[in-house]
Amino acid sequence: MSSMNLRLGRTLIYTLLIGFALIYLAPLYVMLVTSLKDIEEIRSGNLIALPEHINFSAWVKAWNSACTGSECEGLAPYFWNSVRIVIPAVLISTIIGACNGYVLAQWQFKGSNMLFGALLFGCFIPFQVILLPMAKLLAWLGLANTVVGLVGVHVVYGITFTTLFFRNYYVAIPNELVRAARLDGAGFFAIFWRIFLPMSTPIFVVTVIWQFTQIWNDFLFGVVYSGPGTQPITVALNNLVNTSVGGKEYNVDMAAAIIAALPTLLVYLVAGKYFVRGLTAGAVKG
Amino acid sequence: MFKYLENQLPKLVMAPTAIAMFVCMYGFIAWTVGLSFTKSRMMPQWDFVGLMQYEKLFANPRWMVALDNLWIFTFLFIVISLFIGLMLAIFLDRNVRAEGALRTIYLYPMAISFVVTGTAWKWILNPGLGIEKLVRDLGFTDFEFRWLVDQDMAIYTIVIAAVWQSSGFVMAMFLAGLRGIDDNLIKAAQIDGASTTRTYWHIILPMMKPVFFGAIVVLSHIAIKSFDLVQALTGGGPGYASDLPANFMYTFAFNRAQMGVGAASAVIMLCGVLAILVPYLYSELRSDKQ
Amino acid sequence: MKFKLSVLAAATAMAISPVSQASEVEVLHWWTSGGEAASVQFLKEKLNNEGVGWSDFAVAGGGGESAMTVLKSRAISGNPPTAAQIKGPSIQEWGDLGFLADINDVATNAGWDDLLPGVVSDVMKHEGKYVAAPVNVHRVNWLWANPEVFSKAGATIPTTWDDFMVQAQKLKDAGFVALAHGGQAWQDATVFEAVVLGVGGADYYQKAFVEGDMDALNSATTVEVFETFGQLRQFIDANSPGRDWNVATSMVINGEAGMQIMGDWAKGEFKVAGKNSGTDYVCVAAPGTSGSFTFNVDSFAFFSQSDAGKADAQKAMADAILSVEFQEVFNLNKGSIPARLGMDRAAFDSCAHDSMDAFVASSQTGGLVPSFAHGMAVSEAVSGAIYDTATNYFNSSDSAEEGAKQLVAAIAAAQ
Repeated sequence: MSSMNLRLGRTLIYTLLIGFALIYLAPLYVMLVTSLKDIEEIRSGNLIALPEHINFSAWVKAWNSACTGSECEGLAPYFWNSVRIVIPAVLISTIIGACNGYVLAQWQFKGSNMLFGALLFGCFIPFQVILLPMAKLLAWLGLANTVVGLVGVHVVYGITFTTLFFRNYYVAIPNELVRAARLDGAGFFAIFWRIFLPMSTPIFVVTVIWQFTQIWNDFLFGVVYSGPGTQPITVALNNLVNTSVGGKEYNVDMAAAIIAALPTLLVYLVAGKYFVRGLTAGAVKG
Repeated sequence: MFKYLENQLPKLVMAPTAIAMFVCMYGFIAWTVGLSFTKSRMMPQWDFVGLMQYEKLFANPRWMVALDNLWIFTFLFIVISLFIGLMLAIFLDRNVRAEGALRTIYLYPMAISFVVTGTAWKWILNPGLGIEKLVRDLGFTDFEFRWLVDQDMAIYTIVIAAVWQSSGFVMAMFLAGLRGIDDNLIKAAQIDGASTTRTYWHIILPMMKPVFFGAIVVLSHIAIKSFDLVQALTGGGPGYASDLPANFMYTFAFNRAQMGVGAASAVIMLCGVLAILVPYLYSELRSDKQ
Repeated sequence: MKFKLSVLAAATAMAISPVSQASEVEVLHWWTSGGEAASVQFLKEKLNNEGVGWSDFAVAGGGGESAMTVLKSRAISGNPPTAAQIKGPSIQEWGDLGFLADINDVATNAGWDDLLPGVVSDVMKHEGKYVAAPVNVHRVNWLWANPEVFSKAGATIPTTWDDFMVQAQKLKDAGFVALAHGGQAWQDATVFEAVVLGVGGADYYQKAFVEGDMDALNSATTVEVFETFGQLRQFIDANSPGRDWNVATSMVINGEAGMQIMGDWAKGEFKVAGKNSGTDYVCVAAPGTSGSFTFNVDSFAFFSQSDAGKADAQKAMADAILSVEFQEVFNLNKGSIPARLGMDRAAFDSCAHDSMDAFVASSQTGGLVPSFAHGMAVSEAVSGAIYDTATNYFNSSDSAEEGAKQLVAAIAAAQ
């Protein structure tokens, strides 16, 4: 009886889990099959039907010959622009976040809690609000429409989340550790370097995944603060799919969308395991 | 001297962040608040007109729709995401096979930008192309699912897409929380004769309180900033029935040459954030002092 | 021939100003697809041949909404692009803010005052000086119809709004979608505009929707307009909300729907589908508007540059835009008619010829009016208010009186 129940329970669990997995996959599936069909088949056919002939030409076109303006070089050049923006922005914001989190959790000073609270509120600003004053500030710094400026903007608005992640991770580590190390004569950075960094891998993974996803998918900052020739892939994708005149090539649109999402998908695939592990280790302690 | 520097190091490390924060967050918020009291139209102009823009804002029927939508959207989005996220996490935590694959499937929507997923969703929800057509083709010719084109229901399609995008992350947070619980606790409860349901309801869920809290903060943050979703899925339509405040603000500030009204709407949104965040910050800072 | 032309063009550019090799134009636009992108490419190559570099800044989406956000950020940071795709009264607003460059010497040299129709050149000038160059003239008040569908349903193509209701009912009874429509705010506004012009006439249109005259807006005509507009709700299909305009056009092309009200850019869709005007599809003026012409002019406005080389490049670009070749290539691609008068019309099709004739005729009768649905008639704030009321009314079951009341209130609040 009990094993019957158990088996029934297991079946129910699997049915639900797989059912949800199918629902979650549906949009990606639609995108994928559409990208492999030719345009005639898309017009006449069924949304979820498999393609009659698998056709990769839409992918090739999206990568290197679709028009994104007066140039028709596909997403390829913009892909590398994005890489050049994302890597420094993720690294810098993560490192600053780690240092901040270390201070806020282990080296509290008068007002450090207030500072943390203020920072938390900051991450709620709708980004549309800061577009114009930020443009002014960047111009004043001589960084208007440069890659450096854009990276800077991503860093500034990424710090709130990275700091939050690291702070919540480090706050779980007993203060005694720092005190003991100081008695042994270790300084601020030595303790960070030798004790905290080595145990931070999980939270680094969480932070890097989060920041990578945010910055890679950003459109608003990318379109406003980049210069000509340095626009990120989301801007190119937007140009590619937003056709004002005729002949929408849905297969190319979908292939382009998947290409633009590949790096983040890859990050989730490869590092997804560590993501939950990192969250377990403390990011969610609130 | 060296000793002094050493003692000041924590503050020095925080200094760049603090400066950036005060300029780029609070400075810009102050700028926006200031702008909301001016008659700015296409570009910022500093002629002050008092509360005129706020009066205009609240006389605008579209803003009232956007505001109503924000409550509906935020509430449903948070509740449904928490429910689905928690459910998936609990089931995933029960030693299922292929956990890694399933987890990745639930998480991946976070990785894709809505610029084009929006198109896929539009097709799926469109009565003539997506679910309605598929079910009807299966023989259920009376089946109706036309929320996307229904003025009263369009906002719920935004909820569906938003839940799809974010519930995986909530799942990961809960899964992490569940993994952090000592297994012995559960075993002990079961030895005492508690059923699985009772164990979860009375022992595990209460321990998840901080996760609930963290998840609610992340979700409300996503809800208030939701912009792409509406833009890609309904464009605010039918009419402006599915508009959200972030879309309203963007449209008025940048495309309607009514920057003052846009700034006023941003200020109202920030006040809303403050209302959500103050309790969180209060508990956050209080728990630190313990 | 081509070579000769480019040499000639280079020579004229040189005559105006010595163009330094290093100079380049940075152009913000949202033409990223199909014929539009090809036209921009043509302009780019033309300038390259004249030794002017082209730095492309394309930002598509929502009829330039994202591009305007970028432009405002760039302007406020003191780093505006050399030229940007702006049109209508917005040019005046940018001019008032002091951002635009005076290109009057190019215009004088090339004789723009004689080449351009008065309504177009007025829009391009700020305080009497040219600050922008027009690329085309769109006619918005077109009705596109599939004659095969009409003959199957035993209907005739309507010329008045009263007749429209009768014929649309016939199409509907025969199982067709009478009016192909995409339920997006700007498309709702485009149809609304046609109704305003058809029901109220050009005088009313001019007073109420261009000058914002409250007496005209408060008149019974406004209620009448909303009544007609509201009647259209029954002739579109339930799935229209969110539909792109070109998908609606394809419904007419493949015989699913009878007609569509849309500007002349719809022609490109028919062309791509291999259809011929007159036989496979017909273009007629929207009901009750045959003597009128709602115009929509795309243009590039030029922003003040501190760098002299860039200012010269800017002038070369202005000159190239008004060139006969560019005007022809661009407008053949886009379905519109050239902004420049007196061009050879052999290359254009019959719909474009109709458009050219109507343009000249209506300019003499006062039927030539700017399109408010496409940002030509009123400020962004007012046209936004019209958009909101029109789209909300069309998608609700509000009465005509309510619609009219909301419109008056919204326009008053936006002015």
